[in-house]
Amino acid sequence: MNNLNPAISAKIKNAKILLIGGSAGGFAIIYDLLLRLPQSFPLPVLVVIHRSKKYKSVIEEQLDIKGKLRVKMAEDKERIQKGTVYFAPPDYHLLVEQDGSLSLDNSEPVHYSRPAIDATFQAAADVYKKNVIAVLLSGANEDGAEGIAYVSELNGLTIVQDPQVAEVKVMPQAAINKANVDLILNNEQIAGIMNTINKINTTIL
Amino acid sequence: MPLNNLLTLELVEEIIDLVRKVYGFDFGGYSRASLKRRMVRIMILKNLSVFDLKSQIINDSDFFEEFLLEITVNVTEMFRDAGFYKAVREKVLPYLSSYPRIKVWNAGCSSGEELYSFAILLDEEKLYGRSFLYGTDINSEVLETARKGIYDLRKMKQNSENYIASGSINTLADYYVAKYDAAIINSSLKKNTLFSIHNLVSDSVFNEFQIISCRNVLIYFNVELQEKVLNLFYESLCPLGFLCLGSKEFLRDENLARKFRIIDKTENIYQKIE
Ligand SMILES: C[S@@+](CC[C@H](N)C(=O)[O-])C[C@H]1O[C@@H](n2cnc3c(N)ncnc32)[C@H](O)[C@@H]1O
Repeated sequence: MNNLNPAISAKIKNAKILLIGGSAGGFAIIYDLLLRLPQSFPLPVLVVIHRSKKYKSVIEEQLDIKGKLRVKMAEDKERIQKGTVYFAPPDYHLLVEQDGSLSLDNSEPVHYSRPAIDATFQAAADVYKKNVIAVLLSGANEDGAEGIAYVSELNGLTIVQDPQVAEVKVMPQAAINKANVDLILNNEQIAGIMNTINKINTTIL
Repeated sequence: MPLNNLLTLELVEEIIDLVRKVYGFDFGGYSRASLKRRMVRIMILKNLSVFDLKSQIINDSDFFEEFLLEITVNVTEMFRDAGFYKAVREKVLPYLSSYPRIKVWNAGCSSGEELYSFAILLDEEKLYGRSFLYGTDINSEVLETARKGIYDLRKMKQNSENYIASGSINTLADYYVAKYDAAIINSSLKKNTLFSIHNLVSDSVFNEFQIISCRNVLIYFNVELQEKVLNLFYESLCPLGFLCLGSKEFLRDENLARKFRIIDKTENIYQKIE
């Protein structure tokens, strides 16, 4: 990742929030990525994965214990803080407000999904504009594509897992078809870009 | 281009302002991110541009009725969050069993499913005869459905599952009559109920209650409006009355929280102690 073009480096420098979305087949990579983020990681992280409310989930707890960052399920009207990873709770869309707080919304599912990746990406882009980095991973439906397209339109940085390496291609492929995605990366490269984000943003602070 | 991308937050603000000026409804305290999603949804459903949406609001009061219905999230179920109703049955109703009158206020009741769930619990604990349930909402259309107590029969499967998970005594089918594809709530459960318009933003205390339940309404409000409404509930509760909030809603403000004790931490049930 030493050969990043200047436009992309600039976007990384601008970034104030990292968004990650994934569904079927995306879970393992999200887990690995989050586990590897260093304590100094300069951006707050919002994560949306499709999961059922029927099962009690321990993902947040596991990652919180094992990883270096604080990891939790997002609460309504909670202020977004760096050094923290917020998961969208099952059955609620996770949205972002202009004062930098989170809000939860129980309105209709999008692409049969609640939480929906589109909902979070769109709301975050409305508030953070170009200062967004959005990462979309493996998944079995088209959720996330509109969100990626909107982030891209507002000049945020968009990263999509290479459908060739994604366990389920539908989601990343839909995003690539819909948007002018900045980076299409394999898993190792995605981990690499997380390091770059960390380096670029921590050195300027 | 998708409507989401066209409707900027500035435009959302303009529309809020229009609605306030033309109709006196103030959505200023609502979560902007949710409002935007609702407005986009209306534009898609009605096939409107941003320009159309604004001019329809100004020119067409019938349209505004539909707008009002869609701008709020109305989804609801009977015995939604089974654990909550279990907690009400086990931790709230026994406390009230010696009360001569039990007045329940279900604020933001939508089409009434939550209120009838309370009615069923009260009935099963042999308290219904002494109870009166007020359901309020800003939306006249959902209130009309609530009054009728007629629901889509297909929804009763989910409702029944919820009811069973809540620690049911009977079967939900004991409480309604199925007719064609409708489920009609028994009139005995409707007897002690009253549904009416009440706007949490602008209306005030109208009675004193032993139980106030306001679930899945506050998440659509900003922190200031949440505090204002929670204070209204505090004022409307009798001493030792119970406040029930949704699974993602809680008493955040310390000054207010101090006046309550926690009855159930996960289900967000509180009792007024001061
Ligand atoms: C998602 S429903 C909740 C229904 C039910 N309480 C439940 O938990 O299933 C939210 C309801 O709040 C109502 N509402 C929104 N703003 C309101 C206000 N300012 N005053 C009263 N009700 C309001 C909406 O019309 C809608 O019916």
